[in-house]
Amino acid sequence: MATGIRIRTSTKDELTTVQAILKHPMDTGNSRDPETGNMIPAFFIETVTIHHGDAVIMTCDWSRAVSKNPYLSFSFTGAKKGDTVRISWQDSSGNTESKEAVIQ
Amino acid sequence: MNIRRRTFISYLASGAGIIFTGVGGLLKPILAFADRNVDAFNAETQSDALAVFFPGLEVTPSDAISIGVHDLVENGAVVPIKVNTDLPNVVSITILVEKNPNPLIANFNLTPACAGFVATRIKVGEPSNITAVVKSNDKLFSTTKFVEVVEGGCG
Repeated sequence: MATGIRIRTSTKDELTTVQAILKHPMDTGNSRDPETGNMIPAFFIETVTIHHGDAVIMTCDWSRAVSKNPYLSFSFTGAKKGDTVRISWQDSSGNTESKEAVIQ
Repeated sequence: MNIRRRTFISYLASGAGIIFTGVGGLLKPILAFADRNVDAFNAETQSDALAVFFPGLEVTPSDAISIGVHDLVENGAVVPIKVNTDLPNVVSITILVEKNPNPLIANFNLTPACAGFVATRIKVGEPSNITAVVKSNDKLFSTTKFVEVVEGGCG
């Protein structure tokens, strides 16, 4: 499974905007493998946690109806350039992935 | 000799303690995921999903929320959506698609540091109302927008 988290940040007037793409197939469980004809089981990111430094600033609960390779954007205040923002996810099979980015 | 052996073992034990604390510290941020409301995500109607997800709370329509989504979407598998709100003390933003098999799509729990804004991309199975529910000051407010979908995205 190819995974990865891409994070881009920008800060303007004390408001930091984060844009991220979390690489994940987000299978709904309703589709078939075109080659074998077998159902592809549901497999998707369930929870996402965002840290600014050590503090949790946002958590997300997702269903399988978030699109493949989910895009997430949000804004928050109180960050300086050089602080870190960390995005961590856990999927329906218990896999986790986490990535930290320096705020621009 | 025996004393030396004991000392050595005690060093080992304290060393192991440090290693375990170290690993525990690293795992902590990864394990800090919120409990998931499975019943709400499995609900098959929007009213059931809301009743399970926000028990005992009523939803009031509000002009202070805007949903940014195209009126006509060709590919229902990737529908960009933005939710903005001017409401104060926003605790959560929740996105529901009424006609999807499980209408509850995504919930975002915000803290006071966050602006009232989230954007993501969702799957919409057939033409449907999309509702954004915002929890503010322990009350629920919502806005709904209809989206026409040419090719459904729940396959």
